[in-house]
Amino acid sequence: MLIFRHQDGSKLASPEQMQVWMKQTMDWIGGIAAQNKYVGGHGLSFDNARTVGHGGVVTNGPFGDIKETLGGYIIVKAASPDEAAEFAKGSPILQGEGNTIEVRRMAH
Amino acid sequence: MSQPDLIPHLFRTEFRKLTAVLCRQFGFEQLDLAEDIAGDTFLAALENWPYKGVPKNPVAWLYSVAKNKARNQLLRQQGFHQKIALALLAATSASTPELDLSEENIGDSQLQMLFAVCHPAIPQESQIALALRVLCGFGIDEIANAFLSNRETIAKRLSRAKEKLREENIVMELPPPSGIAQRLATVLISLYLVFNEGYYSETSDIVLREDLCLEAIRLTQMLIDYPPTDLPDTNALMALMCFHASRFPARKDAAGELVLYADQDENLWDQSLISRGAWHLKRASTGNAYSKYHLEAGIAYWHTIKEDTKEKWENILQLYNRLLQIAYSPVAALNRTYALWKANGKQEAIRAAEQLKLDKNPYYHTLLGELYLDSDRERSRSHFEQGLLLARTEADKKMLAKKLAAI
Repeated sequence: MLIFRHQDGSKLASPEQMQVWMKQTMDWIGGIAAQNKYVGGHGLSFDNARTVGHGGVVTNGPFGDIKETLGGYIIVKAASPDEAAEFAKGSPILQGEGNTIEVRRMAH
Repeated sequence: MSQPDLIPHLFRTEFRKLTAVLCRQFGFEQLDLAEDIAGDTFLAALENWPYKGVPKNPVAWLYSVAKNKARNQLLRQQGFHQKIALALLAATSASTPELDLSEENIGDSQLQMLFAVCHPAIPQESQIALALRVLCGFGIDEIANAFLSNRETIAKRLSRAKEKLREENIVMELPPPSGIAQRLATVLISLYLVFNEGYYSETSDIVLREDLCLEAIRLTQMLIDYPPTDLPDTNALMALMCFHASRFPARKDAAGELVLYADQDENLWDQSLISRGAWHLKRASTGNAYSKYHLEAGIAYWHTIKEDTKEKWENILQLYNRLLQIAYSPVAALNRTYALWKANGKQEAIRAAEQLKLDKNPYYHTLLGELYLDSDRERSRSHFEQGLLLARTEADKKMLAKKLAAI
């Protein structure tokens, strides 16, 4: 699983910029799917997001105190963590300074 | 129409109707019997018409012969019971049910037959062969030709499928409303495959190939005419077929050879089919789910615009990106790479193509040969050569030899 971590998701990109990113992201995912190695994935919307804290305290937004937010994930079929990391390197998400992609093996 | 052409023509249009209606009357497990009676009806025409002349209304003649044969068959079946229930029979024999060859019953019977033939218990390839035989009236030789197979294999496939129909007790009826979506999915796959068999088949018989596509369209139209199956996926499949079929007039040259997309005269494309496709695509665009038929219809739509624009190829690329996520196939992966070239340039396409690992696929090498053409002639040549070694059809071999000669 490739988990997209965005630095400071409160900074909103312009619609034009969003569109370019979206197209690049779709091309990136399409490239993985063209190798028959795409399993699934989702972008995560920031609209109406909630954070539930210790003791059940609900705040509106996942970016209360932390600087990092989850932007989405995709699941790929990879023979090794290295291969998955190679997929991650091609992602346009990494164009954003401070953004990272976490590569994790799914536990069965 | 002259007499030698008339009977084959009527066979193509009427055999399937007779078979469906007879099957509805005698029960689906009697499919062989229904085919026999329908076949005998045409045999009678072949024996009679050359001597007595073609009847004024040939279809009505066929129907009345079929009705007689069906009645005789029913009487024979009833004959077994005659001694036991003579009195009862006397009361009913006057009203031996007549074969109902009304347009309405023909339509209903064919639709039921489509669902019965495309039952999930029947293996996919048998579904297609059976559909071509009993729903499209194709001869066994024609089916064998379409599948690049032989008579024996197809005959075996058909008889195994019929055995399975009996074993599973599959009856001619429409699925209940609650189960229709699931059953429809299997029917749509078979129709999609019949169409593809015609559109991409490696058989050289272009007339037969177009027939397959037109039959797939006709059967899909039956599903659209029946409100419970007139669903977004059905319309998306129809749109896809219409867009592709619009190019038939431009796909063959005077010598009957296939003309590639890039070389086609777009003035020959059938605009009425393109509009029909657009109408179905619009009807398909409801609800909150899309199928691979929607995406493929979208791709086919963009191909009805000949001009190469950035907008066209970016849209096609995005549709392939999504298509591959829900339904991977090597063909789609190669076509996506082609779209990537057209939208984002050769370098990006080369990087993506090298990842595909389709070394055994002739089209993979053809694509890489094209991509390397300006930047690395030796690599380009080597890919075209490998493509030529792997090519399966004469047309592909000819095309690759031409490319090699041009380097």
